[in-house]
Amino acid sequence: MTDITYPLYLDLAAGLLLLSAIGVLWRRQLAAMINLFAVQGVALAAIVAIIGVHQHSLELALVAAGLGVLRAGVLPHLARRALGNSPAEARETRPVVNVAASLLAAAALTLLAYAVTRPLVALEPSPATAILPAAVTVVLIGFFTLVTRRRALAQVVGFLLLDNGITATAFLAAAGVPLIVELGVSFDLLLVALVLQVLTTRLRSAFGSTDLDELRELHD
Amino acid sequence: MSTLLLLAAIGLPLAAALGYATWGWRRRTTAWTGVVTTGLLAVDAIGLATTVTRHGPAHTAAGLLRADALSAWMLLGVAAVALLACWASPAYLASGHTGGRRARWYAVLLHLFIAAMATAVLAGNLGILWVAVEATTIVTAFLVGHDRTRTALEAAWKYVVICSAAIAIAFLGLVLLYYAARHTGLGSEQALDWASLTGHAHQLDPAVTRIAIGLAVLGFGAKAGLVPMHAWLPDAHSQAPAPVSALMSGVLLPVALYAVLRVKAVADPALGTGYVRTLLVILALATLALAALLLIGQRDYKRMLAYSSMEHMGLIALAAAVGSRLAITALLLHMAGHGLAKTVAFLSSGHILHHHTSAQIADVRALAARMPLLAALFGLAVLALLGFPPAALFASELGIARAGTTAGMTWVTAGAFILVAVSFAAIVAHTGRMMLGPAAGTAPQAATTDHPPATFTLTTALPMIAGLLGVAALGIALGPTTDLLHTAATIVGAP
Repeated sequence: MTDITYPLYLDLAAGLLLLSAIGVLWRRQLAAMINLFAVQGVALAAIVAIIGVHQHSLELALVAAGLGVLRAGVLPHLARRALGNSPAEARETRPVVNVAASLLAAAALTLLAYAVTRPLVALEPSPATAILPAAVTVVLIGFFTLVTRRRALAQVVGFLLLDNGITATAFLAAAGVPLIVELGVSFDLLLVALVLQVLTTRLRSAFGSTDLDELRELHD
Repeated sequence: MSTLLLLAAIGLPLAAALGYATWGWRRRTTAWTGVVTTGLLAVDAIGLATTVTRHGPAHTAAGLLRADALSAWMLLGVAAVALLACWASPAYLASGHTGGRRARWYAVLLHLFIAAMATAVLAGNLGILWVAVEATTIVTAFLVGHDRTRTALEAAWKYVVICSAAIAIAFLGLVLLYYAARHTGLGSEQALDWASLTGHAHQLDPAVTRIAIGLAVLGFGAKAGLVPMHAWLPDAHSQAPAPVSALMSGVLLPVALYAVLRVKAVADPALGTGYVRTLLVILALATLALAALLLIGQRDYKRMLAYSSMEHMGLIALAAAVGSRLAITALLLHMAGHGLAKTVAFLSSGHILHHHTSAQIADVRALAARMPLLAALFGLAVLALLGFPPAALFASELGIARAGTTAGMTWVTAGAFILVAVSFAAIVAHTGRMMLGPAAGTAPQAATTDHPPATFTLTTALPMIAGLLGVAALGIALGPTTDLLHTAATIVGAP
């Protein structure tokens, strides 16, 4: 990879990262959302791998492989298992903000991300930091999905998007946090996903569905 | 020696968890193992506190674990509350209809929870601290949902989703802080370490640091029950088993605020004291106002205790905003006093719930006449929480008020204490309604079910009496902990 093609590959991967996040807002089928999340996992692993090749770092290449397995393989698999095969669970029927408005919101969030990341890019201009706004947009879209979707699983996908965005930010800004922290973070993320999977199953057996509108027994 | 003490603080609860996973929960034998290990943890914390006061900070595992006076003080709090919670657990599990398998899971998760909190306060590195705080969310998720009722599951879901998202935001803050730190020339291993971060704080890029610190304070603040991401707290604290509520309210919230204090210690030299102070004052006042508002019309006594925790965290956040040494000393004392008093309050509320099968204030009447011992424990704990002397909270609230006025924040402090007074009135009214009233015609409903509740004996009350004695002792004299407290206050407090 030459110095000219490096930014090109990086931009391509970041584009995929961003598009898959917007795709999650666009699709209503939960299975499609999970597939898009898996695609995003590949894009994230690609970003790390590209940086690793550019810096000739074996450690980053290995981290990229690990991230790929976790975020494009294990986590989507867990999410699909939580989905089960009940057709009633398959669609996000009534999001708090409808799809068209969500896409407009995604555009607004992208602008916001460009505005807030200006000091980050200015601190150390490079091809990697130039695409930080894309990573931060993914964080914002993840948060937006989390608060506007009503299916339990759609919220989980939102949380996972948020986390992908943060990991991308870490690698783009500083080639990743120390390895021990990265390991801890990945392990925690895996456990959160497992906990949420078990909870969705229990919620379904207690409430009959995982429409979180049903969760309104506790309030003041 | 100090290495051993540091490793034992995390190893002891882990060993207990492993033991329960292997041998399960047996009423006469293994049920008390947890009490022994947490007792040893308390001894270990005292040892660590002595070492740290005499010889200064100790560290091990290449600086990943580190104890200074502040972490030693926090560890003492964790150990004390954990000891009370483990001591009360056998009675709690025996009084419910908990099967052997569920009891085993309960014990394993409880001790993992304690281990995660010990790791959080002994972490020498913001990254490890973050991993440990996130781990507390994971292990407590199933403890909150322990009862498997609809409400317990709902609380567990909200808890995991809100706390994980909030703590992810804190992680984004840490990532950006790491980015700024790497730019000052710090190596990747030191860039998240307190010691080197505070040393290089003045070189950090202010614009990036401002975003980073804001995110970290908001994220860790949510885990401490501060507005705007507080919605999980009343649900989780009211649905969890009583000993778990005690640990979550008594030490987990302070541990999250401890993270905020550590972040603040890095931020102040980099950005000046104004930035974090403004942020914390807004969060503190909003939290106090919300807690006061929701306490007034409260109908559930466990939720009342949960909102009281939010009120105390708001007060602690205010003390952190003031940030002088006096304020930090008062803050640390307040954390300890609140931890012990809230533990007793939650443990006794667990017994009240068991005897009435209802958490509604309206269903509990004339408790003082029917169950004088339990009523006395609950009442005294609530009085301690309200700040009546000799409880430690009297001294600490006075300290916070004084520190606030001398730091030129008179109006903010006055506003905060008006809100505290509103909460005070609400709690007094609700508790009075539970305690007093005619005893006739209000027999506990649980007597009609197939499982008559076990009588509340002095043995069951022992951990609660110990907790109350602790609160009073801390309020009367600090004794040997004076030096530790003052050293801890100088670490994060401005002179």
